Amino acid sequence: MIITLEYYRSMTRYVAGRGVTSTRVGGRAAGVFAANLSPLRLINRPDPDRPGHGWTRVRPLLSGICGSDLGLLTGRNSPYLSALVSMPFTPGHEVVGETLDELDGLPKGSRVVMDPVLGCEPRGVRACPSCAIDEHSRCDHITAGIVSPGMQTGYCAGTGGGWSRMLVAHGSQLHRVPDSLDNEQAVLVEPLACAIHSVRRVPIPRGASVVVVGAGTVGLLTVLALRECTEAGPIYVIAKHGHQRERARELGATEVLSANRAARALRRATGGFLAHPERGEEFLLGGVDMAFECTGGSGLDTALRLTRAGGTVLLSGMPNGSVDLTPVWFRELNLVGAYASGGRDFPHALELAAQAPLKGYVDAVYPLSRWRDAIGHAAAAGRLGTVKVVFDPTRD
Amino acid sequence: MSRPGFVLEVDERTPALLMHQGEGFRLEKLPLGSRVVYPPESLPGLRDVDARIREALLNPLGSEPLPDLLHAGMRLTIVFDDLSIPLPQMRTPDVRQRIIEQVLEMAAAAGVDDVELIAGNALHRRMTPAELKRTVGERVFRSFFPHHLRNHDAEDRANLVEVGHTKHGEVVEINKRAATSDLIVYVNVTLTAMSGGPKSVSVGLASYRSLKHHHNVHTLRHSRSFNDPPNSAMHHSYHRMAGVLDEHVKIFQIETSLNNDTFPTQLGFLNKREWEWTLKDQAAYLAVKRANDLTPAKQRRQIWHRTAAPYGITSVTAGDPGAVHEVTLQHVLRQQLTEVNGPSDIGIWGLPYICPYNVNSIMNPILMMSLGLGYFFNLYRGQPLVRPGGVAIYYHPVSNEFHPVHHPSYIDFYEEVLAETTDPVAIEAKYEEQFATDPWYTHLYRNSYAYHGVHPLYMWYWGAHALEHLGQVIVVGGDRRTCERMGFRAATTLNDALEMAREKVGGSPTITYQHTPPLVMADVR
Repeated sequence: MIITLEYYRSMTRYVAGRGVTSTRVGGRAAGVFAANLSPLRLINRPDPDRPGHGWTRVRPLLSGICGSDLGLLTGRNSPYLSALVSMPFTPGHEVVGETLDELDGLPKGSRVVMDPVLGCEPRGVRACPSCAIDEHSRCDHITAGIVSPGMQTGYCAGTGGGWSRMLVAHGSQLHRVPDSLDNEQAVLVEPLACAIHSVRRVPIPRGASVVVVGAGTVGLLTVLALRECTEAGPIYVIAKHGHQRERARELGATEVLSANRAARALRRATGGFLAHPERGEEFLLGGVDMAFECTGGSGLDTALRLTRAGGTVLLSGMPNGSVDLTPVWFRELNLVGAYASGGRDFPHALELAAQAPLKGYVDAVYPLSRWRDAIGHAAAAGRLGTVKVVFDPTRD
Repeated sequence: MSRPGFVLEVDERTPALLMHQGEGFRLEKLPLGSRVVYPPESLPGLRDVDARIREALLNPLGSEPLPDLLHAGMRLTIVFDDLSIPLPQMRTPDVRQRIIEQVLEMAAAAGVDDVELIAGNALHRRMTPAELKRTVGERVFRSFFPHHLRNHDAEDRANLVEVGHTKHGEVVEINKRAATSDLIVYVNVTLTAMSGGPKSVSVGLASYRSLKHHHNVHTLRHSRSFNDPPNSAMHHSYHRMAGVLDEHVKIFQIETSLNNDTFPTQLGFLNKREWEWTLKDQAAYLAVKRANDLTPAKQRRQIWHRTAAPYGITSVTAGDPGAVHEVTLQHVLRQQLTEVNGPSDIGIWGLPYICPYNVNSIMNPILMMSLGLGYFFNLYRGQPLVRPGGVAIYYHPVSNEFHPVHHPSYIDFYEEVLAETTDPVAIEAKYEEQFATDPWYTHLYRNSYAYHGVHPLYMWYWGAHALEHLGQVIVVGGDRRTCERMGFRAATTLNDALEMAREKVGGSPTITYQHTPPLVMADVR
């Protein structure tokens, strides 16, 4: 038997959480409501079974709480995704763990990080066109095969997830962690791989001006990826909190801006005019070449208003709100999504995590038993000076 | 007979003294022994202003009478000071209207058809049609607006002309219509000794290219003070430029000076010395203060800006700009100058709701700096009222509030430039060109009602002399974060401010309060 957090189907809790956190007051206290109203519970359940050959049991050592997890718990994630999960499931897809079974090329007891995408290979089905070219984040078969539907580990009933004492993973999902990388750094590899993937989604011309909207984990790691993997020019970061500003600068941001002065500052930096609609926020006629939306929704409107005509807005965070798409039409913007990571991204992220100044990014570690505190903390991480909140399932 | 200005020494019998503080005011008890510099009592205004205007036009100084300069077929351009003076705005009819009407009558009598009126707003925001109408009057406005009554546009390259260079290499570039006229008639209101004379045309109709020769940190640091033209490098530059203009264009200058009737009857206590307040004045103070404090901020601002001053006109002089200005300056100094015996460790100023650049607008933090460390600090002749390394204490809320239409580049200056440095030299070197040539600011200056992009930098330079001279600037009632951004300290009370000043001036500092407005210029011996 293992201890696990389980997200279960409860329309009442889902509606209550979504309703409350969509209000202004509820939004501010989203962590409290997410922890108390969401359909999440701590239970004991039998060890998960390995679905087939090439799978191993994994004992999570650390497992992160991602913005998409918070979106799930507050009911803010799009219902679009409900077709891509199987209930009940254990959340947690940012995992560093230890294998409990012997696999080819991966001895029992290996310290690993997990690419959570459940593509054709883990599912034991014939490779779809995307998986055939090593772009498994675009897999068409994520509801098929030997494991239950689920776009990732952490949304799939059959595999378990990182917020537990055991999950199962396919060998193709796992990457050995070098000894030089400690667990706190290793748990950041998955979001870093996503960031690398996002900056590789479109060509970034040399010297291009970029704004990164949001400076949580995704935003900060996107800045790192932009600096390390592209020849982007000035990188502007819109950050709310003091510690985020400092970290963004440390990772190579040219200038860090507060949301309320971003439009003016970017107009000064990139030229152009500032326009004031009768209702709604101001926007630029001119602006940056590219914008990376890393807030998980609320920043998309800002990104669209700051990007020059013909520029590109890239969705890194999971979008969870409605937005006025008029700028996409009027400014002829390219709106590009970036989901999870691709074939080369994880190895690259492992290398980069070892070199980058990511010490101290994981500074809040909770046992599963304190899940309410952990989720409350994660929802207010920026305000509380934290970047990444994680569970340590090995602790009582 | 008006009583001259004087310096009061605060003793036990001295009542609490009035202190302006933005869109409000308060009574403040100053420490015993503090000096208070009061302006001369308001001089009597001219009884028949229209007659005096006519007399001045017919009997000018150093020039033929105006009718002799007017003839059919000529190009006549009438230029007038914009809404930045006087402060507060004067009651209508504005003296500029009275003068322009008489000039136009003479022009019509001489058969002059080609007449244009231009507001000499330099890099200031354009005046709105309503503001133009208020200044020149209904009749002139209806006859000339919009095609022959307009604002100067310092960014309209097609309508600027380089008149020449001074011997110091300063470019003199002004409005083309004016420069190519047979006669410029300049209608002026000289509120302070800084205004008028050679400044009128060379600044009011100039471009940035020309203005930057005197509106810079070096010049302003060597203008001690800029209200004392003989000792002002800025005025030396104006004179050089005026010399170049004299060779190319005929200017007939009409200057006026005002008395110190700054506030209307219902606010009459603001014009008076506190110990002479009658029971009625005291009641008025209490009622107005209470009402002012209770009025919502937006309405309060509107009321203040609608409150026009019942100024009396103390002089109207016309003719050659140099000769006219000498006379005007005498009138201005007679109204404003008070002799003070030496500087003190601490200077105190209460900053009112208005400065030249927020008429019908918001006094933003940069303008507070410009008013306090620029205009008020420079209200001296001889030497500053505060000793080198001394402390200036101002009263103002210094709210982080900007008018988005009038002051767009001010917002960026505050957010971006002051976040990096408050050093005027560093600001000038790194940012002046950027702000001066930013296409968006230029667009807003020309087509909206925005001050020119470079204007906030000029406002900062305006205080450059004070910043260099003073050891510390403290603002009583100032917003802490805003003050900090500007390199000032905020204090809640005067006692707190004096406590903060101790580290610079010790425990027993000498203190001087320059009691203004009404305006007083300290002649510091």
